Amino acid sequence: MLIDVHAHFFTDRSGRTDWQERNASRLAAGRRMGVTAHVASILGTWGTRSPVYFPSAGDLRHANDRLAAMCADHPGVVYAYCLVNPNYTDVALAEIDARATAGFVGIKLAASRRATDRLLDPIAEAAAARGLPILHHVWQHRSREWPGQEASDAIELGELAARHPGTTFLLAHLGGGGDWQVSLRAIHGIPNVLVDLSGSGIDSGMLERAVETVGVERLLWGGDVTQDTALAKLRYLDALGLPGEAMDMIRHGNAERVFPAGCFR
Amino acid sequence: MILDTSAYVGPYPFRHLAEHGVDDLVRHMDRLGIDRAWVGHLASPWHRDPAPANQELVRALRPLAGRLAPVPTIHPGLPRWQDDLARARDGEAPAVRVFPGAQGLTPTGSAVEALVQAAAEARLPVVLTTRFEDVRQRHPLDHTPDLEAAAVRTLARLDPQARLLVTHADAAFVEEVHFGLTPDEARRVLWEISWIWGPPDDHLARLVTTVGGNRFAFGTGMPLRLPDGPVAKLDLLDLSATARRALESGNVLEWRA
Repeated sequence: MLIDVHAHFFTDRSGRTDWQERNASRLAAGRRMGVTAHVASILGTWGTRSPVYFPSAGDLRHANDRLAAMCADHPGVVYAYCLVNPNYTDVALAEIDARATAGFVGIKLAASRRATDRLLDPIAEAAAARGLPILHHVWQHRSREWPGQEASDAIELGELAARHPGTTFLLAHLGGGGDWQVSLRAIHGIPNVLVDLSGSGIDSGMLERAVETVGVERLLWGGDVTQDTALAKLRYLDALGLPGEAMDMIRHGNAERVFPAGCFR
Repeated sequence: MILDTSAYVGPYPFRHLAEHGVDDLVRHMDRLGIDRAWVGHLASPWHRDPAPANQELVRALRPLAGRLAPVPTIHPGLPRWQDDLARARDGEAPAVRVFPGAQGLTPTGSAVEALVQAAAEARLPVVLTTRFEDVRQRHPLDHTPDLEAAAVRTLARLDPQARLLVTHADAAFVEEVHFGLTPDEARRVLWEISWIWGPPDDHLARLVTTVGGNRFAFGTGMPLRLPDGPVAKLDLLDLSATARRALESGNVLEWRA
């Protein structure tokens, strides 16, 4: 069993003519790699009608609708995060309520509002109440503002996680750009933050450091926008000689623990 | 045969590397079935004079000559850099490296252009590195600019004998250079694949179709990056055994001949 906790799909409103090919390619590569579950989100209209990291209410509803349809088309293979924008509190809470009832297994927070902002509190509370983990977009060691997003880093996510110890947070794409060393230090002692290893970055030393710092019980495997790097990390983890139980935790056990019980059938 | 055109040994100035020795390199090569490597000295791009590091590199690789080939760094802003180039040629280095950004040189300035022309005359390919690390994760004091596609186009047009191997370039960079050159110029440029995305965007698959499978070379970026990356890219690519062998080493050998 192999669960990719950070997948994305596209729709006809994603602003790219090859959206169906890209979705098909992800599923096909997943089959080659042995992926049994893609836990995915669609980031609104991917910048076409509202910014990728600041999706409008209409765009995030569209994204969640289309992801629900993909789950129905690929039962037992595609699983869904509910995309929310904390600036629209009522919409976010209504989406979480409706989508959780419909079988979505997590919540996706992109970068519409800093993790330290109080507007994230009702979402974290709703996640805890529903037993859903939050996959939070993170810029590893954000040293300044970057255009197009109100990105948070691990220090800021750690503050949110400390305020909500009953909510599980997934620090997105450790290999997704920025200084992962700072991130691992920042969340070292925060047990309700798990680390998603996805991202195009395949720095040597990153996986060893993640294992040493946060432990295998808090690592989740994923791909994000590059599945080849995800496969490379999986193979490298194998080559590290981790015990079979540890590899099983990273491949699927930790995900099975933090997502709703029994959801990966 | 798999030939890694983008391997290094030695420490990195901006991040601790637990494994950067020759033994570490060979162990990972053995693990992944990589037969040979063109090896540079990882810190040498930032050295005021890379010659001592080049000598150290040659000494370190000598016991494994035939499997590991030193690719020395040339600093064409230094006096008598031609001696370093001659030493590389006489030592049968398969290529030389230049790092204009790290060396504080203008990529299309007279010094780099002189090196590319002299290397062409000596029938030595020049390796250009687009970047070592993503700009988002660099050390605050690492202001090394990424190599620009325009510079590669300019250097490729300099001399009809100039051969360039460009490492760590992404798909957009490859396309901007390749389609900005004449077919004859483009045939002299080879692209190392470590930074090109696989699925689901399938950049490498697209480039193999549009640019041509004969224009790419295997490279890992060890010890900064996991060498499993390019192997995984090829494993996820639909390639015939012949086409895969070409990417793994055949293209480089033909391009160097």
